Amino acid sequence: MSKIKCQCGHDNPFGTVLCEKCGRPMTEEAKNSEVVDMRYEGSARRSQTYKRSIIDKIWNFFSSVKIGVSIIVAVLATSAIGTLFPQKFYVPVNQDSPSELLAYYERLYGFVGTLYYKLGFYDMYNSWWFKILIGMLGTSIIIASVDRVIPLYKSLKKQRTKRHPSFMKRQRIYGVGHSENADESLAKAEEKLKELKYNVKTENGAILAEKNRFSRWGPYINHTGLIIFLFGILLRGIPGFYVDQTMWIREGELRSIPGAPGYYLENKDFSMELYSKEEADEVFGTAIDRVGTIVKSYQTEVSLYKTKEDNLPGSTDLEHIKDYPIIVNKPLKFDGYNIFQMDYRQDELKSMTMELIEKETEKSYGQFTIDLDNPEGVYELNDGARVDLIGYYADYDGVENGEPVSKSPIPNNPAFIFNMITPENPKGEKSFVAIRQTLETQENVNKVKFVGAETRDISGLTIRKDKTLYVLLFGGLIFMIGVIQGAYWNHRRIWIQKGEGEELLVAAHTNKNWFSLKKELNAVKDVAGLPKYEDRQDNESSTEEEEGEK
Amino acid sequence: MGLASLSANLLLVSFIAYLVATLFFGGAVKGAKSEASYRNHRWGNVGITITIIGFITHLGYFITRWIASGHAPVSNMFEFTTAFGMMLVGSFILLFFLYRTPSLGLFALPIAIIIIGYASMFPREITPLIPALQSYWLTIHVITAALGESILAISAVAGLIYLVKNIDMTKPSRQRFWIEAVMFTVVLVLGFVLSSTTFKLTGYEAHFTYIDKNQAPAKIEYNYPPLFGMHEYEAQTPEAMTPWAEMPAIVNAKTLTTFVWSIATGTVLYLLLRLIFRKPIAAIFQPFAKKANSQLMDEIGYRSVLIGFPVFTLGALIFAMIWAHEAWSRFWGWDPKEVWALITWLFYAAFLHLRLSKGWEGKKSAWLAVIGFVIIMFNLIAVNLIIAGLHSYA
Repeated sequence: MSKIKCQCGHDNPFGTVLCEKCGRPMTEEAKNSEVVDMRYEGSARRSQTYKRSIIDKIWNFFSSVKIGVSIIVAVLATSAIGTLFPQKFYVPVNQDSPSELLAYYERLYGFVGTLYYKLGFYDMYNSWWFKILIGMLGTSIIIASVDRVIPLYKSLKKQRTKRHPSFMKRQRIYGVGHSENADESLAKAEEKLKELKYNVKTENGAILAEKNRFSRWGPYINHTGLIIFLFGILLRGIPGFYVDQTMWIREGELRSIPGAPGYYLENKDFSMELYSKEEADEVFGTAIDRVGTIVKSYQTEVSLYKTKEDNLPGSTDLEHIKDYPIIVNKPLKFDGYNIFQMDYRQDELKSMTMELIEKETEKSYGQFTIDLDNPEGVYELNDGARVDLIGYYADYDGVENGEPVSKSPIPNNPAFIFNMITPENPKGEKSFVAIRQTLETQENVNKVKFVGAETRDISGLTIRKDKTLYVLLFGGLIFMIGVIQGAYWNHRRIWIQKGEGEELLVAAHTNKNWFSLKKELNAVKDVAGLPKYEDRQDNESSTEEEEGEK
Repeated sequence: MGLASLSANLLLVSFIAYLVATLFFGGAVKGAKSEASYRNHRWGNVGITITIIGFITHLGYFITRWIASGHAPVSNMFEFTTAFGMMLVGSFILLFFLYRTPSLGLFALPIAIIIIGYASMFPREITPLIPALQSYWLTIHVITAALGESILAISAVAGLIYLVKNIDMTKPSRQRFWIEAVMFTVVLVLGFVLSSTTFKLTGYEAHFTYIDKNQAPAKIEYNYPPLFGMHEYEAQTPEAMTPWAEMPAIVNAKTLTTFVWSIATGTVLYLLLRLIFRKPIAAIFQPFAKKANSQLMDEIGYRSVLIGFPVFTLGALIFAMIWAHEAWSRFWGWDPKEVWALITWLFYAAFLHLRLSKGWEGKKSAWLAVIGFVIIMFNLIAVNLIIAGLHSYA
């Protein structure tokens, strides 16, 4: 497209509203407006200029702030709906079973719950439409920023000190008046403006005082930060960048760490501590009385091991790395991994001790202990007696088709079938023993009696490795820099120049915080005797000031 | 006198100081013709002095409680909300010295007073920290987030003044309806404080057993006459009233009872006020707001969003993510409180874009500021008490 030549001789890119150099209005609309729109310096933005091809249309769609805000509101609304009921991952049922999930929402929330499930709102933040919204948000941030930052940069770079009166006249703050000694006024103003830390440029009878232009770049820098952040989240999809595993580990167990090949963890002890009235600080007394129990700490003492470097494949020689007490807020850190204390189960059965006795005489053949993780088949007792363990059901859940069944391999409700062999009964007698229950196929002479059990705790740990964290943190940092730069500083400009004859023209612009700009301008006005100006968007305070002066 | 009781007394002093300061700001506004002429008004100076005294004692409460408990006093609903009120006053003081406008004090202080009153309805004893809160990030994250929210809240105060001043209260309109709705909500909070205090003073208690939503038996104590019973409740206090209705397991009938009592009390209070003054509450305040300069209120509203937004981002999102990663193993988990912090952030981001690029100033901007405050309060009150997640510390 052709360039637009301004009367001042500058070639402006097609679509320019205000001449980059002198500020003359270039369009009919700008010529007719009383106060000109200074948001992007009247520069030529692609989205405002080209509207034909499909690419133009997509570009214009995403560069629109209206669309951007609509996307923000859409994300906001969908996020809010997602908090109405608990999300899938907070629901205490089997995550992979749609029917259980549906049943859960239906049971607790009735029809609305079913609808919530059916519409997919129960897993809102992993849904395709939510991801598309975030993708659109990212696109909008990029396109809208590029569309604005380049022309803005160019026109701020090319701006001339001396502006055309038609530009001055169309500023929100504008004043014109007769001056006795314009040159002296200009000199005094220059001095005062420098004192107020403005960068002052002069060009035959014109002053441009400018301050904090860098704050104009704030929005674009914070948008860059957001893009880096979103990019970091995309990286998580790459294998090896992100590990998220959980493990349950019993006291005394040594297990390989899921997601961290070559590393092993031993749980030496899990402990949970409560605040007690005796030990805790006196001031906590009332709270402990009211609430009952308040947990003080959850702790898993672990040892970390690694397979030796020079090991042959398949060998399990371990090298001790360190001992560490994992508590909440203090994860174990090694090699980019973090292991967190997340959950616990107390008092899982570890072993049970039994005794073989003759029912009538209560004569004991001795005791034996069954390790519930690894039960032995045969237990030798005194006087040649022995007990054969011929069936073990760790989590006994009734009888199905004449066979006892176990719900899980975790010994929540252990049950056994024993064959009791004594010198009197060398063929043995069979007996089914579960907690508080003994079944016999025929009347037995002997029985296995429960003596005691040993328990242990289990720690629920989460293993994380997240290489993207630094990218996210970096994005956050850039965002903060940008947002502070844009929010805590303002780009202010004051133009003072000689007009026709003895006239002085004053105009000022800031991207925000007009109150402070006017305060500074007033200081300059008083020193240099500048003409009275008017704020065309605040008639109230102009009249008020007059009142105040009365 | 122990530190803990000294702390409680200091809070009481600041509460009274804010009340007195409000009256002085009222005098400053009433006695002045306009913004410009009351800028250095004597009443205004007295008002700000008393506010500063109140703020110092409030800070004294905060510090002594911190020493007494050994952790930053921001670990439960009472502590957080009180700290939020304190920072609101702090933000007001800061903006007062930037803009010297007593109108802001006249509206900001009553809001701070109501917030502190609301906070005091929650258990006030010093609680030891549960494992998840035992981290220096508690101090950093919560204080920064509260500070950000309080600065954002000032923008709502300025917005409210703008609206009360500029909405025509003489004839019905949508805006008049909504501004009155805002006033009504404030009265409802007063209703909560009033009813809760009344039943606390009479020492009302009713105990129940019930079946919770995980089908486990549980116990609960009501401090209000129980209008609604918990799921499959059984009364343990014979002399207490019998609930009108039993609620399903997902509804916390105790919260619902408190809610309904507060609404009822607040509505009665509102109707009484209407009967006495014979005009909408917003119209009662209008003469005070009339003195404020609209442009200045608009600017204060915008400026406080600009100042508060980065602080809020840092505290409620960035620090929050860092801590969540240390404590819960993930920096983001879509916990309701997290989501609502994000919603707040998105809302103010939208506010800034509308203002910067779409030129939404004046009434539109003022309404957005008020809605922003509603979202912040929703996150503080509803998300904690109703939605509940990892952050329910009330």
